[in-house]
Amino acid sequence: MPELSRRRALGTAAVLTAAAAAHTLSAPAASAAPAASHHDSPEPFDEVYKGRRIQGRPASGPMHHHHGDGFEVLVDAVPLHVMRNADGSWISVVSHYAPVPTPRAAARAAVDELQGAVLLPFPAN
Amino acid sequence: MTVRKNQAGLSADEKRRFVAAVLELKRSGRYDAFVTTHNAFILGDTDNGERTGHRSPSFLPWHRRFLLEFERALQSVDASVTLPYWDWSTDRSPRSSLWAPDFLGGTGRSRDGQVTDGPFAASAGNWPITVRVDGRTFLRRQLGANVRELPTRAEVDSVLSTATYDMPPWNSASDGFRNHLEGWRGVNLHNRVHVWVGGQMATGVSPNDPVFWLHHAYIDKLWAEWQRRNPRSGYLPTGGTPNVVDLGETMKPWNDVRPADLLDHTAFYTFDTD
Repeated sequence: MPELSRRRALGTAAVLTAAAAAHTLSAPAASAAPAASHHDSPEPFDEVYKGRRIQGRPASGPMHHHHGDGFEVLVDAVPLHVMRNADGSWISVVSHYAPVPTPRAAARAAVDELQGAVLLPFPAN
Repeated sequence: MTVRKNQAGLSADEKRRFVAAVLELKRSGRYDAFVTTHNAFILGDTDNGERTGHRSPSFLPWHRRFLLEFERALQSVDASVTLPYWDWSTDRSPRSSLWAPDFLGGTGRSRDGQVTDGPFAASAGNWPITVRVDGRTFLRRQLGANVRELPTRAEVDSVLSTATYDMPPWNSASDGFRNHLEGWRGVNLHNRVHVWVGGQMATGVSPNDPVFWLHHAYIDKLWAEWQRRNPRSGYLPTGGTPNVVDLGETMKPWNDVRPADLLDHTAFYTFDTD
């Protein structure tokens, strides 16, 4: 089952890379994996956009609470559910069908979409 | 036998009965359970992990079953009601009868996106948005504001001519019919329509807008059209694929139905064009 084991290996590499991002460990084995270029952790950010604070940073919570590959985004300190696509683009729960290049762009798109409304925390799934 | 019809051809009575049945599901709380289920899968389906409802081969059979559940719920209220479909490649204007006050109501006002006419307007009092990701409790839309054009018939045809159902890696990076129809690659059909409608339709809680069902009923019809055009092509993958629903594997959340059970829509309904 070479295909299966390769797939598992890639999945493990992705998890290792995400874990490395979350805990700022160096992980040479993971960064050497073929899929690593798609899983480099994005740049952290912290800015005020249209009057609202948006932040992006390596995630601190349990891995199963988000799908940003170890990266979390907040709008006025409320977590915004974000997800990284296989091609490296990003979406969020308030703009789910329109990928943008970076988590910062996803946060800005969320602020645009919210028109000042408060974000509600998403349930842990 | 259930016949799914083009929304553009519905009679005034058919529209009235559809709207009344949807409002009754909302009133009873059954409607919001569908929104909750959809959002749970939107949040849970990932390109590198388990994926069932979206960004995967089972996007089409999953939504077929999801719509069947909703249609059966509607029919438990009014047995004459079936799901209409919205051919957005033809009815591509905010002035289409779909958006008239006797059916779904129109676009939202500019200030806050709030829909102000039709049976689902907040002002009518029958459509509170309770399963939501932000503080707003009113139905919103911005027809054509976030992307100017709905897909054209030529773009639909280009996707229907893709002979392979789906391809590795079986996610949003895939080539093949399913992902081009879903819209993560290529001319972008399904995803673009969500964005064109805007408001809740652009979010994980998109079934908050009743147009969700009409959009997906047409996506479902395009799957049937693709099968007719490509009779020798079948659902893929057919076995042994981690995190992905193979042809003979059961799908969450029902756990009693496989893609293989859903390939032939005529077991459940026909279209007015069949």
